[in-house]
Amino acid sequence: MTASIAAPTRISPWVRLRGQLRNLAPLVTLVALIALFSATSPSFATLSNLSNVLQQVSITAIIAVGLTFVILCAEIDLSVASVANATGILVAFLTVQDASVNIPNLPLPGWLAIMGGLAGCLALGAVTAFGVTRIGIPSFIMTLAMLQIGNGICALLVRGQIAYSVPPVLLTLGSGSIGPVPWIVVVAGLTLLVGHLVLTYTRFGRYIYMVGGNREAAEHSGVGVKAVVGAALLISALCSGAAGMLGVAYFGSAQQNQFDNYLLDAISAVVVGGTSLFGGQGGIGNTIVGLLVLGVLNNGLDHVRMDSFLKILIRGLVLLLALVVNVYAQRLRAKYRSAGG
Amino acid sequence: MRTSLAGEPLLELSGIAKRFAGVLALSGVDFTLRAGEVHGLVGENGAGKSTLMKIIAGVHAEYEGEMRLDGRPVRFRNARDARDAGIGMVHQELSTVPELSVAENVLLGAQPTRMGVVSWRRMRAQARRQLDAFGIDVDPRAPVGSLPLGLQQMVELARVLLSGARIIILDEPTSALSPPEVERLFALLARLRETGRSTVFISHFLDDVLRVSDEVTVFRNGRRVEGARADAVDKAWLIERMVGAGHERLGESHAGEMRLADRPTAPVVMAAERLSVPGLFEDVSLSVYAGEVLGIYGFMGSGQLELARALAGKLPLDGGAVRVDGQAARLRGGTPAAKRAGIAFVPESRRAMLFAQEPVYRNISIAILERIGRVLLRPRAERRIAEGHVQSLGIRPAGVDRPVGQLSGGNQQKVALARWLTHLPRVLLLSEPTRGMDVGAKDDVVRIVRGLRDAGIGVVVVSSEPETVLSLADRILVMRRGAIAREFVGEPVSKDRLLAAA
Ligand SMILES: Nc1ncnc2c1ncn2[C@@H]1O[C@H](COP(=O)(O)OP(=O)(O)OP(=O)(O)O)[C@@H](O)[C@H]1O
Ligand SMILES: [Mg+2]
Repeated sequence: MTASIAAPTRISPWVRLRGQLRNLAPLVTLVALIALFSATSPSFATLSNLSNVLQQVSITAIIAVGLTFVILCAEIDLSVASVANATGILVAFLTVQDASVNIPNLPLPGWLAIMGGLAGCLALGAVTAFGVTRIGIPSFIMTLAMLQIGNGICALLVRGQIAYSVPPVLLTLGSGSIGPVPWIVVVAGLTLLVGHLVLTYTRFGRYIYMVGGNREAAEHSGVGVKAVVGAALLISALCSGAAGMLGVAYFGSAQQNQFDNYLLDAISAVVVGGTSLFGGQGGIGNTIVGLLVLGVLNNGLDHVRMDSFLKILIRGLVLLLALVVNVYAQRLRAKYRSAGG
Repeated sequence: MRTSLAGEPLLELSGIAKRFAGVLALSGVDFTLRAGEVHGLVGENGAGKSTLMKIIAGVHAEYEGEMRLDGRPVRFRNARDARDAGIGMVHQELSTVPELSVAENVLLGAQPTRMGVVSWRRMRAQARRQLDAFGIDVDPRAPVGSLPLGLQQMVELARVLLSGARIIILDEPTSALSPPEVERLFALLARLRETGRSTVFISHFLDDVLRVSDEVTVFRNGRRVEGARADAVDKAWLIERMVGAGHERLGESHAGEMRLADRPTAPVVMAAERLSVPGLFEDVSLSVYAGEVLGIYGFMGSGQLELARALAGKLPLDGGAVRVDGQAARLRGGTPAAKRAGIAFVPESRRAMLFAQEPVYRNISIAILERIGRVLLRPRAERRIAEGHVQSLGIRPAGVDRPVGQLSGGNQQKVALARWLTHLPRVLLLSEPTRGMDVGAKDDVVRIVRGLRDAGIGVVVVSSEPETVLSLADRILVMRRGAIAREFVGEPVSKDRLLAAA
């Protein structure tokens, strides 16, 4: 009956390498950047600078975890930075502020303020999830609207002012440290770890990959596709909210637009790491590499005294390059799998 | 009517070998296509037919061996090279672009332009002409994805057949077509042959192959076994060479009459009452008994495929009720709700069923993950279950870690079936379950379906191939224009009678 020649000869290393392009390219980039900066600047490859790099990417990392879930489902969340901002401001709004801060706010005990912040970001996430899964608005558009809504909430709450106080727990987690290690790095590390465990070892994680890989097939297998996509969007909002609250403590203030860079940074980290924009491929491991590439690049460019205006352009070019590799890897993949009988 | 114009060798392949990630899919293959001939290609699932054709069509650029066109060596780097050399291919899996309109699909890659701008009016007119020439009546502006699979296939055929290609490769072109559509295709092939075009025709319907071909070639295990003039051989000859020595396999034996079982006395597992979806089917009622296989046959477009989709929660019902084991099934909740009610569905399109880049075992376990572990995955258990199915279904190659997209068409279909074999649903809806399968694999499916039936579940097989329904069903409903036209139960039935009722 159905037989085929299955004498497995050696898989040519070239073929295997090409299949791994998505994972290898970012890793090679990271190693190359580290080598480059270590060679050109003596102050780069030091322990204290490593700690700097990690600290600089921590907030992005927390946001990127949620975003990885969303992108793996072949959706996008453009509201992450804005949800972070709104949540951070909400927490400050719920905390007693110094008399000099002229905001009509609503002081609550610290833990209640934090609960309020979490509830706030989850509510925003729920609206996004509802719009995408129930009404059927493309996530690209829905989260664009949510970006504006988040900005609106920020504007209403702070009215152009700056708030400084947050609950003490947040202050510790955001700007304190245990021994030499900043708490924020620990929190980011734990978030990445939990994200990885969920994606790799749970049924929900598998569903995320399957929904991203072929939505129709997932549906035909009885997977609740809408629930999975909705959950991913909620997780993204939750991560963004957590990053927002910690970010306020990290920056030492809460104000409008303070997270604006994080949208692009978080998307870049996920994409540079090699998670497929078409869904179903990649993961937290990729995101970690992506975060480090961006972190090393940002930090290293300072060490070699790069013109800080040129830096912006360079970051754009790196993102473009990552996009090219991402799409190219997808195409290779499509060709590689085009058995189709 | 076989007035052979076949003359000069047009395309000659020699010593072709092809590996996928180290695994040999073709080796030492010689193949000659003459000008003006229809060349039939047969072989079991995974024999290498599609792979060889993809080499000719420039899809696979890396291979060993030599290809000559008009006596000159050629090597195509991509599909465009091959198209420019006059080679067109209809792939086994539809390759129409669902989002684009019919007109765009028909003229894909050859849109008429005026000063660099696509002229929509001329494009529609030209597409209209091509479709008319092929007797397809669809709106050129409709998105192809909105058409039934059979029509999509016709659109793709129209694109390639009328593109002016000299060499036309048809990889299982008829599996989604109704008998009248198949006739139209064959008539067109005869016309093309008269104009000196050459065609390669791949099919598991051996009667069709013998009927339309001048020359036939048999493949087995990545090698060319033997070739012959089609009028010098018969079906038994082909089967013998396809399965190799030592096997005694019968082909489909449904030319004659067969007697269906009497109406079952077992309880009803699924009762559907007065189902309607406007424009597709109207007022359809049916019962499925425990432990029976109910076949629903109809020409393409008679509504039977849509009926299956609706029963699976994929198509919102306009009216009617469905009960499973006496409980009302709330199908509005889509496929997950249907699954909860105990209804499982295997659609006709593999593209809609499989996760091409995921390994075989994940494709099998996806529907039962919640039973293996509520929260955490248990990959070892997943693998073990998958390995069992790969064994018992004879899926080749036998590993469970290979991406399912690398299997041959027929083996992919088996993986899709395997998904529902571990934790049985109450009702299993199979849409075109043997499409693209070779003789042996079809027998395997018959075996699987009988096994499921004997385990007491209600199986519904929906098809527009009479052979499929005849080989599987205990009882048969025939649909015509969105309504049930006739029921065959406890009586003799044959292909002719089915066709007459449809
Ligand atoms: N892209 C690919 N990667 C790896 N293996 C492949 C790929 N395409 C085909 N194969 C393998 O090559 C062999 C031949 O496959 P091919 O699709 O040519 O078979 P076929 O004769 O067309 O079968 P079917 O009748 O099932 O369509 C199979 O074992 C298949 O698993
Ligand atoms: Mg094939």
